[in-house]
Amino acid sequence: MIRRRTFTFRLYVADQTQNSVQAQANLTAFCREYLRDCHTIEVVDVLRQPQRALDDGIFMTPTLVVLAPAPIRRIVGTLSQPLTLLQTLKLETEAA
Amino acid sequence: MKLARPAPGERPGKALTGIAGFDDITAGGLPRGRTTLLLGGPGSGKTIFAAQFLVQGAQHSKEPGIFVAFEEAPARIVRNMSAFGWKLAQLQRKRLFFLDARPMPELIQSGSFDLSGMLAALALKARQMRARRIVFDALDIVLALLPDAASKRREVYRLHEWLLQHELTGLITAKNGGDEATSSGLQQFDFMQFMVDCAVILNHRVDQGVSQRNLRVQKYRGSSFSEDESPFVIGSNGFDVAIARTLGRKDAPISLERVTSGVARLDTMLGGGYYRGASILITGFPGTAKTTLSGAFAEAACKRGERTMFVSFDSDGSEVMRNLTSVGIQLSRFEKSGVLRMISARTITGSAETLLVRIKSLARAHQARCLVIDPVSTLSKAGNELTAHGVAERLIDWSKADGITLVCTSLLDEMSNHATGGTPLQISTIADTWLHLSYLVQAGERNRGMSIIKSRGTAHSNQVRELILSKSGVTLADIYTAGGEVLMGTLRWEKESAQRVADEVAQVASQLRRVNLDAEEAVLDVRVKSLQTKLMAKQVEKSLLDRTNDSRQRALSRGRTRLRELRGADIPAPVGK
Repeated sequence: MIRRRTFTFRLYVADQTQNSVQAQANLTAFCREYLRDCHTIEVVDVLRQPQRALDDGIFMTPTLVVLAPAPIRRIVGTLSQPLTLLQTLKLETEAA
Repeated sequence: MKLARPAPGERPGKALTGIAGFDDITAGGLPRGRTTLLLGGPGSGKTIFAAQFLVQGAQHSKEPGIFVAFEEAPARIVRNMSAFGWKLAQLQRKRLFFLDARPMPELIQSGSFDLSGMLAALALKARQMRARRIVFDALDIVLALLPDAASKRREVYRLHEWLLQHELTGLITAKNGGDEATSSGLQQFDFMQFMVDCAVILNHRVDQGVSQRNLRVQKYRGSSFSEDESPFVIGSNGFDVAIARTLGRKDAPISLERVTSGVARLDTMLGGGYYRGASILITGFPGTAKTTLSGAFAEAACKRGERTMFVSFDSDGSEVMRNLTSVGIQLSRFEKSGVLRMISARTITGSAETLLVRIKSLARAHQARCLVIDPVSTLSKAGNELTAHGVAERLIDWSKADGITLVCTSLLDEMSNHATGGTPLQISTIADTWLHLSYLVQAGERNRGMSIIKSRGTAHSNQVRELILSKSGVTLADIYTAGGEVLMGTLRWEKESAQRVADEVAQVASQLRRVNLDAEEAVLDVRVKSLQTKLMAKQVEKSLLDRTNDSRQRALSRGRTRLRELRGADIPAPVGK
């Protein structure tokens, strides 16, 4: 990777539900490929911490919140299309 | 969760919605601890229904509730609902929670997702505030984001399971095209309808420019319910579902008290007046004094000090009062004192249902005991032909239940069939008393006739009477039937005058005859007396004669004995042998 910026992610999941497991796997794979060594991922299980879901307004799981770099963005779903993530993070030109 | 005391009308297994009529249709409200699906097109009142359900729970049934808003911002919902007088802002502190679950416009979606997060958050919130009721408003919004039918179905099942697990009384609203969509197979939530325990469909259509709203309970597991479409309106207090009389409902107490019709002779004809709480229908062509008769009733009610409401569709209240003054009916003083409420309903537009709801709420606000609707046939004007009959039925039903004496007039079309005499609303069959006013055109005059077509439970006159309006008031007069023809107006007056003259002549003649007879009697009396005198004289004369005869006889025999003695006769006299 060229950029040395740090990407901070928070992934809200619902325990071991199919969608959540997929999202976690997809995010890990994506980071390994595009954001090696420049990312942090916090995983919040809303079933264990429902108050956080309530406070943060997370109603669909899985939800990925991009905390940094600004602005804060939310991506809902299993993250099955890496292209969507790249576009969201404005990395599509670099990846190409 | 322990309920301190159930709200009035609470039934086991049911959660009251607080929606007038709906709780009657469903015999107590929505299924407690189960899920209800509320379907309807845009603007059909889903959100209001849902909010009212929560308000009832929070305010009256001691059941806090959660409102999950997928479509509208909670702040806007709170503002909109305050128009119905619900104190959402106050309730929000403890008993009502709004969850803003709108998908944000900048939300990026990649792949499938589920609602576990929301349900986990809601479970926590429900526990915190001890919620018993929950509304998912516009679930279709979030379902639309799901990529395929299978995942939609999965999420609905998840939601349903969650609701059952937490024993919450759930209400899910979703958009569809109402009943039409169901029949044409365009229903996208059909599987939901099979899954839930209760499904309610709201319909909203426009007939000839008049909005008609209907509500139908499609299914209700384990409960009886009214299966028909019930019209409803969204009034100033929220939903108001019109209900037909259900079999189980108690009758209103029946009164034997009579109230005057305002026309003394009409009371006599009816055997004492209308029954209190009865519904009276006055039919007639334009100008047959329907309004005047109902005005007389209103005036009489006001004089008794009873709160009265006069709903006029034809003209303004002040106009009606002025016009009634010309026949000696003074209403304005009662309006000033507040006993009478005049409603000019000419400008009120909307469906018959809306009108009924308006009239009901106005009558309740005025605490009316007597109600006049002039004319009730307005209900069936364009666009309302189908519903008007039901509305009129419910009007009568409602007034009976509330013990209101109702007088409504109904305009008969000049062209309509005179023989049947039926009204467009067909309420003549359900009204208790039906007075019919008609014209009789005769000898260049148009006169008003009044007859009682029916009056339930009262002996009533079968006679047609002439209705006479004068400055001093409304009176009825007997009509004359002569040679099979009915006479009214001038003809009746002529007939009456002729009768009067004939009466006088007869009277004089009889007096004369009596004088003659007296004279004859006197003459006879005199003759009887003189004859009696004569008789006495004859009797005296007769006795005198007898006496004279006797004495002569005696004198004669004495004379003979003396003669014999004188002659010295030795031979005893042969006499006395």
